[in-house]
Amino acid sequence: MNRTLYSLLLTGGLLLGAAAPALAQDDLLNELEKETTDPQRREVVQATFKGTHIVNSQSIETPGKGTLAFLIQHRFGTLNSGAYEFFGLDQAELRLSFEYGLSNRLALGVGRTKLGKTFDGFVKYRALQQSTGAGAMPVSLSLLASAAIVTTKFATVPGVEGRDASSRLAYTYQALLARKFSPSLSIQLMPTLIHRNYVDTDAEQNDVYALGGAIRQKVSKRIALTADYFYVLPGHTADTYRNAAGLGVDIETGGHVFQLHFTNSQGLIESQFVPQTSGNIWDGDIYFGFTVARNFTVKSNLK
Amino acid sequence: MKRFLFLFIPTLLAAAGATMAQGRYLTKTGRVTFFSASPIEDIEAQNQQAGAMIDLGSGQVAISIPIRSFTFKRTLMQEHFNENYLESDKFPKATFSGKLLGTNAATLGQGQQKVTVEGDLTIHGVTHHVTVPGVVELKNNQLQATATFSVAPADYKIEIPLLVRDKIAKTVSVRVALACDPVATTPSAKTP
Repeated sequence: MNRTLYSLLLTGGLLLGAAAPALAQDDLLNELEKETTDPQRREVVQATFKGTHIVNSQSIETPGKGTLAFLIQHRFGTLNSGAYEFFGLDQAELRLSFEYGLSNRLALGVGRTKLGKTFDGFVKYRALQQSTGAGAMPVSLSLLASAAIVTTKFATVPGVEGRDASSRLAYTYQALLARKFSPSLSIQLMPTLIHRNYVDTDAEQNDVYALGGAIRQKVSKRIALTADYFYVLPGHTADTYRNAAGLGVDIETGGHVFQLHFTNSQGLIESQFVPQTSGNIWDGDIYFGFTVARNFTVKSNLK
Repeated sequence: MKRFLFLFIPTLLAAAGATMAQGRYLTKTGRVTFFSASPIEDIEAQNQQAGAMIDLGSGQVAISIPIRSFTFKRTLMQEHFNENYLESDKFPKATFSGKLLGTNAATLGQGQQKVTVEGDLTIHGVTHHVTVPGVVELKNNQLQATATFSVAPADYKIEIPLLVRDKIAKTVSVRVALACDPVATTPSAKTP
């Protein structure tokens, strides 16, 4: 019995020995993987959204360090404006803006919107970045602060004191909270405060609070569907205006991201579309629009 | 007797493993760069986190390259490289598993040796058997190995959209430079 066992083991050992050279090549790779793979390694989740904007709202994304993004945001007139207005294509609202990444977390932006001849400037900071590995962060958080100044000329009424410059200003404070649930699905929540220095009547609110939500679902490697919505918290503004809603398609083509949008909002910056959206989707007050972003590399990431 | 044998055989195997480990070199900071020139835009990326293990005794080579560690000039390019081209979510690593041919271990310390590297290159989940020329040298007890070769993205099912097809060259020149330190311990022992 012992002999049989012994010879069995011996044969087995020889067989193993013979098989070893053939397997050795991959064994070395497996061993290398064991040596180099560190499941604790922290990796930041990339590309939660394709662009720095979703539909109306901004996303948690910033242009990377040393990248200058040039954005053209466009809104045509409403689809229900009829054949005479070529279903809205005769009218156009526009915002041109530059965004620059000072670091991979901090970005500055300036923009000019046709509506109200408004100039705006903003700071966006990626406070938290979703990551995997040791001490994984489940969500990303970006903080956005923006100031906008309306520069249209006020009508001067004789005998009435004119409005001062500070009455032209409005501010936006937003916490953008997002999670990339899978390579194709990302969701963002946006508690928002809009402060307007001046409102036309006492009943209107200087401070408007809203809660926004956005979603991105990829349908192919380069195409994604997006949507965002702002729920204005109860108050005069909520009674008078409508919640801004948008649906979009992101199309990525090499150096550009094209975003095609349908929304009930004509304004292009937070202080316009959050408290002042008037379009009624069910009546066909839908603005077709697009955003084109072109990135320029000012400082190379390579050493 | 039975018990004794069962104990004895694993010990033998372990001993064999230890002797095999001699002549092994390892790096976790191998440098891999690639470059592609095209009329519109040059594309260049660097990676300093390639892992490599070379066994001089058997001539075996294993290389593992984390795709996400490639740095590009443009942030957007890097994002597209990961998201659309190499799909690093699905295929986080490119690997090579093969052999060094034509090394003369005895004279490795005396200067550069031209060798041939042959084996399986896996990129984007697609494996091809490749043979490329390389250079190895043993310097200051460090095994330095370099190789430059070209890779055609199409061979590895890396799909390039029509719109940017002219921007991206048909072949990409890849350079691998490894400086491996000798592995003193048995392969199963881990450095802290």
